Amino acid sequence: MKKLIALMATLTLTVGLFSGCAKQESQQPQQPNKPQIRIGLATDEGGKGDKSFNDAAIAGLERIKAEYGIEPQIIESRSADDYEPNLTTLAADNDLIFGVGFKMADALKTVAQNNPDKKFAIVDSVVDLPNVASYVFKEEEGSFLMGVIAGKMTKTNIVGFLGGSKFELIEKFEAGFRAGVKAVNPKAKVIVQYANTFSDVALGYEIAKKMYNDGADVIYHAAGGAGLGLFNAAKEMKKWAIGVDSDQAVLVPDKADVILASMIKRVDTATYTAAKAAIEGTFKPGTIVLGLKEDGVGISKTINPAVPKEVIDLANKYKQAIIEGKFTVPSKPSEVDSFQAPQI
Amino acid sequence: MTSNNTKNAVNKRYIQNAIDVLMFPLIAIVLGLFVAVFFVMWAKNLGFFDGVATLFSAIWEGTFGKRANFIETLVATTPLIFTGLAHSVAFRTGLFNIGVEGQFIMGMLAAALIGLIPGIPSFIHVILVLLGGVIFGAVWAAIPGYLKAKVGTNEVVNTIMMNFIAMNVSNYFVKGPIHREGSASSKMILESAQLYRFLGPSERVNIGLFIGLVLIFVIYWLLWKTTIGYELRAVGLNRHAAEYGGINSKKNIVLAMVISGAIAGLGGAVHVAGTIHKVHQLVGFTNYGFDGIAVALLAKSHPIGVLFSSLLFGGLNSSARILQKYRIPKQIVYIIQGIIIIFVAADYIYKWFKEKKKKEAIKNA
Repeated sequence: MKKLIALMATLTLTVGLFSGCAKQESQQPQQPNKPQIRIGLATDEGGKGDKSFNDAAIAGLERIKAEYGIEPQIIESRSADDYEPNLTTLAADNDLIFGVGFKMADALKTVAQNNPDKKFAIVDSVVDLPNVASYVFKEEEGSFLMGVIAGKMTKTNIVGFLGGSKFELIEKFEAGFRAGVKAVNPKAKVIVQYANTFSDVALGYEIAKKMYNDGADVIYHAAGGAGLGLFNAAKEMKKWAIGVDSDQAVLVPDKADVILASMIKRVDTATYTAAKAAIEGTFKPGTIVLGLKEDGVGISKTINPAVPKEVIDLANKYKQAIIEGKFTVPSKPSEVDSFQAPQI
Repeated sequence: MTSNNTKNAVNKRYIQNAIDVLMFPLIAIVLGLFVAVFFVMWAKNLGFFDGVATLFSAIWEGTFGKRANFIETLVATTPLIFTGLAHSVAFRTGLFNIGVEGQFIMGMLAAALIGLIPGIPSFIHVILVLLGGVIFGAVWAAIPGYLKAKVGTNEVVNTIMMNFIAMNVSNYFVKGPIHREGSASSKMILESAQLYRFLGPSERVNIGLFIGLVLIFVIYWLLWKTTIGYELRAVGLNRHAAEYGGINSKKNIVLAMVISGAIAGLGGAVHVAGTIHKVHQLVGFTNYGFDGIAVALLAKSHPIGVLFSSLLFGGLNSSARILQKYRIPKQIVYIIQGIIIIFVAADYIYKWFKEKKKKEAIKNA
């Protein structure tokens, strides 16, 4: 035992000696003089590198960093229990604090109440406090356009929707998608299934495979990481898939040939706008709704060459009609049955 | 004179034993931190001593250094005390109750359900909530325990499956009967069902911590000062020898699972009634039950050890937040925890070799 301790002590000292030599004179770039605001952001369990929601939120702050040189403090949440302490920690050090994800609404409300002199912003939910800006998206509008594409592209008249978990938020994707399919192809059937996970790629793969086996030939997903399983299944079975949140054909290039298009949700615009407003002193609390009109949601730049021009034009016509307020896209699955799409 | 000598020898042996027991966990912790320093150097591009300074000041600040963080450390420690104890009781009886996670979730669900019943005076309501957690957890563990005793099915497999059932049962209620509109969680439990927060309502630390501390001594007393505990430990040491000595091992297996589950369920109820006041819709496990395995391993399944190891793991979990504040990846914390576990496991291997050597020595002699 004594020998072991001696050995370890020697090892520690020796390695310590060498490591000391490698010391680098790297100093953190300081931003002198200008009194700057400090920005913090708490992610949900998805964390950094989810290639979707959280990364998009962080991307908005990366733009702020490039323009104003403000490096955000980012804390990832390990579980829902972490939200409150993470936001509290950020609030102690920062002037503007972001909560990313609707699940953070309760925690952000509590922390914002405890820190009335700090500014807060939440994405995907509404917190009604004088120091909170709430950014919500009309996911149903973007999903509607995906439904138009899917309804036109299906040969079997069966399309699928793969949801992450049956939250009201994800149901907005479902409702919009189904309404879109119904608008252009009333005969088509939509198979809906929720995976109960946003991260299990294997489960996403299995559900998608089952849907394809049941006759579906286009599947749209709102299931985060589990959606990557959908792309694997689509590639294997040579069927179509539709991406979500970001331009997934660019993010997942090896599956780009099976991705028809993606529904873009500009979470980065939300974080960028809120941060910019706070820096320039124009931060306003309240609810900001980002739909097709505000360019908060939309069709991805990358559209599969297999999609005919007529279909893209049709989707754009519907987009125009929604922007002009000619009709409202249902946001709840229960409203889809009574939804009547106008002829375009 | 002779008696004095024996006494000294006994004392000496006692101290030697204590050193033997504490040695490996302590080495494990030191080595875990030591290796973590290299990852900090790598992540932050620092030299060794700067790395040490950065890591340790961040961990210190994140655990005890600041009032708010110290409070969060206690909050993170509380559930680990319960799950660590739950695992310890099972380990001592020779069982591996991976289902602590599921039993913890059932306890949370019980608290969320009972906590919504209106019109009960606070004192009784809190007791009902905790009792509900105990019963839900105990029943959830009794099922695999009974199966193990009666049919001999492996409790590891069964409890893992029960974890998934628990998660989905909880989600059924959270999405259905007790769902709060527009959220991903249940309704908030009533104020009368909440545990007292002794540092004010905005600080999450609550008397659940003291329930845990008391429970540590209750379990210690149970395991070492009662017949029940003696029988449990006897079954854990050698089931067949215990049977030979007239101990009903089947009864004790079920009993150990029930006690383990009851502790886990109580932990879940305390977590809901004290810290979060609602149940989240689970997209994954809470991990308190799984972290409890590490806590119990490091504590060598000793209740008093659980006190310190849960504080260590709770503190590390809580300091992950502060590490990120200094732009150190939170994964460093999990690396430290992982290395500690590896070294604790190494202890068991070391003991195995020692035993083998001893046996060979006897053979050769």
